[in-house]
Amino acid sequence: MNANTFLPIVHGETVPRKNIPRPAMPDFRAAVIEAVQRGNRIVSFFGHPTDNNQVELIIVLANDAYGSLETSATLVTDSYPALTPDCPQAHWFEREIAEQWAITPAGHPWLKPIRFHAPYPAGRKTCFSSGGNPAGPGIADYFRVEGEEVHEVAVGPVHAGIIEPGHFRFQCHGENVFYLEIELGCQHRGIERHLRKGPDKKTIHYIETAAGDSTIAHAMAFCHNTEALSSARITARAKVLRGIALELERLANHTGDLGALAGDIGFLPTASYCGRIRGDWLNMTALLCGNRFGRGLIRPGGTAYDLDETGIKELAGRLDTAERDTTNAVELLWQTGSVMARFEETGRLGAETAGALGLVGPAVRACGITRDVRQDFPSGIFRYAQIPVSTWQSGDVFARAFVRWLEIQRSIAFIREQLKMPGGGETHGKIDRLEPDAMTVSLVEGWRGEICHVALTDSNGHFEHYKIVDPSFHNWFGLAMAMRGQQISDFPLCNKSFNLSYCGHDL
Amino acid sequence: MRILTARMRQKYRTYDYPRQKPVLPERFRGRPVVDGQSLKNSEQIVQSCPTGALSVGNDRDLRLDMGLCIFCGQCEKICSGTGIKFSREHALATRRREDLVLTGKEQKLAEALDKKARQLFGHSLKLRQVSAGGCNACEADINVLNTLLYDLGRFGIQFVASPRHADGLLITGPVTKNMELALRKTYAAVPGPKIVIAVGACAISGGIYANHDETLNGAGSILKVDLFIPGCPPHPWTILDGLLRLLGSLGHSH
Repeated sequence: MNANTFLPIVHGETVPRKNIPRPAMPDFRAAVIEAVQRGNRIVSFFGHPTDNNQVELIIVLANDAYGSLETSATLVTDSYPALTPDCPQAHWFEREIAEQWAITPAGHPWLKPIRFHAPYPAGRKTCFSSGGNPAGPGIADYFRVEGEEVHEVAVGPVHAGIIEPGHFRFQCHGENVFYLEIELGCQHRGIERHLRKGPDKKTIHYIETAAGDSTIAHAMAFCHNTEALSSARITARAKVLRGIALELERLANHTGDLGALAGDIGFLPTASYCGRIRGDWLNMTALLCGNRFGRGLIRPGGTAYDLDETGIKELAGRLDTAERDTTNAVELLWQTGSVMARFEETGRLGAETAGALGLVGPAVRACGITRDVRQDFPSGIFRYAQIPVSTWQSGDVFARAFVRWLEIQRSIAFIREQLKMPGGGETHGKIDRLEPDAMTVSLVEGWRGEICHVALTDSNGHFEHYKIVDPSFHNWFGLAMAMRGQQISDFPLCNKSFNLSYCGHDL
Repeated sequence: MRILTARMRQKYRTYDYPRQKPVLPERFRGRPVVDGQSLKNSEQIVQSCPTGALSVGNDRDLRLDMGLCIFCGQCEKICSGTGIKFSREHALATRRREDLVLTGKEQKLAEALDKKARQLFGHSLKLRQVSAGGCNACEADINVLNTLLYDLGRFGIQFVASPRHADGLLITGPVTKNMELALRKTYAAVPGPKIVIAVGACAISGGIYANHDETLNGAGSILKVDLFIPGCPPHPWTILDGLLRLLGSLGHSH
């Protein structure tokens, strides 16, 4: 392999776009496949149009063990040989590229739209076999298992609870699930398309609502990028507040998830308590900025709000109370035989599969894989205050639940520590014009896992392209794999144990 | 036994709403108060709004459309509170879209359903929730109404799994094109008479997703909406207040 196929990137710094290597497709393809086989993984892979009617494919690879990032690019016109057959991690990315830019990844094993929208370049025909405009989610050809005793179950897009829409197609033999195909796209709002040419006054609000339950994490990833592109420095205090907000977001969602898991198996005590305590965590975020989801808190240059002495005391007090309540509610789970019987061995996912698919977040850590942006690619306060990575080996619903519990405890300890020394300086700052013709990558460990934002600027310092990869983008396929050979009645439990974002995937 | 002791530890938590007013955080951005006076820099304030919720009246006075507002507080910062100030008032819901436009005058909050509809729904309102492009913040804070603190069930309101069992729809999100058909079908499956409730800026107007090719401009684009609950997302108390106003169950204390 040519050593110049990849350009190393320092996380949190910019690279001039002209320095990104552009090998021809055969070299690019071979190098990426080889790099992934060596243990790297794809954190982002996307296309954007160039002046001469071609599409530039840009890939960002991460090596967790070395904490290193590297990038490469190549130009394609109408079609290229798909990477997916030799690199399963590319599966969803290549379908996205095909849908957005009408570029055919030839030989892709399952080439279908993932969001059901028209190609971005106006007037261009889709490259999908159905031709014309895609019919829409829920109306497509699905993977089918033939056989007299095989039956098909269709669920959604409108589900039974207060939950976002998506379509699930099961191929079943009795109760047993042979195969689950997950088809999303219902929530597609066109965020990435509207981020182009930004940042403008709407940009931060698109980012904050990309996945509304991960407002803080997405806003942090965005701010890291704009701060890198404008060489802005933020104060220690702003870093601390951002870190606290990120962990509060994790605490609220992890607590809610443990409650919801209990609810799905009919264990009402933990379900009721955690449902309420989740609100206590959200209200702590509202203490910081007035909004339970952290809207308006994280802004380029720092945070829009500070926390005074009284606020710190108040937060520390509430932290103690919520910790006691959460511990009491959650420990009931592990002490109750009927709960453990339902959690253990359900929806098991092997480390090998999870690794090959490039899963992220608690889902991958529950398979015993140590992968956490806060440790591998730390930014902000996490460069100074490490949170130990929580893992479990069994890869089942129990593991995904237990990893959440471990993370809850460590996030609480982290916040408590930070409140003792919240750092100094103004919390809010301004950023200047963005550096032109540059690229930057930002990784943040949201509560669901790794959030990756890539910004490409044009010659005026505007976004030529802004790519968001929500953790759900990696993980939905993991859920499909975890369902193989399971009882269909366990789907709600397995689904909740991943608790993935529909809008974060559909953007 | 462990479960019983945990039950004692976790205590009784349901808040005595609406008899007691909810306690909202210091920095909470509730109902905006529009000054109504003529302002010199009104154009600049209008320009600062990310969703175009602000406009200038004939008298150079500001108007704020709560249906578009995402309560980001940018306008308040720019005018340093002289034209627009966000209060901590949580009651925001209205029955008519135009009542969401705030001027210097007092806002007209939602009136109850007529007598016949109240007889039908007043003591038992079953709703089917449909997320049509929502970001999961509105959805999450609707879900929260089922928790112990809010205990929605005590007001006779329940979210049900099937539209066939529902008296109406509660819609979130700007209504993406990819959800339009599903939303129409779900609405058709609800037996009449039925009501439609739009929760959040997206569902009321499209919010920041208004005028995207990928979305419609809220539930009102395809259905007649009976109750608008603004916010991004609305606080759970705001949603509960709206539902209770609709059913006429807030009593005279409010």
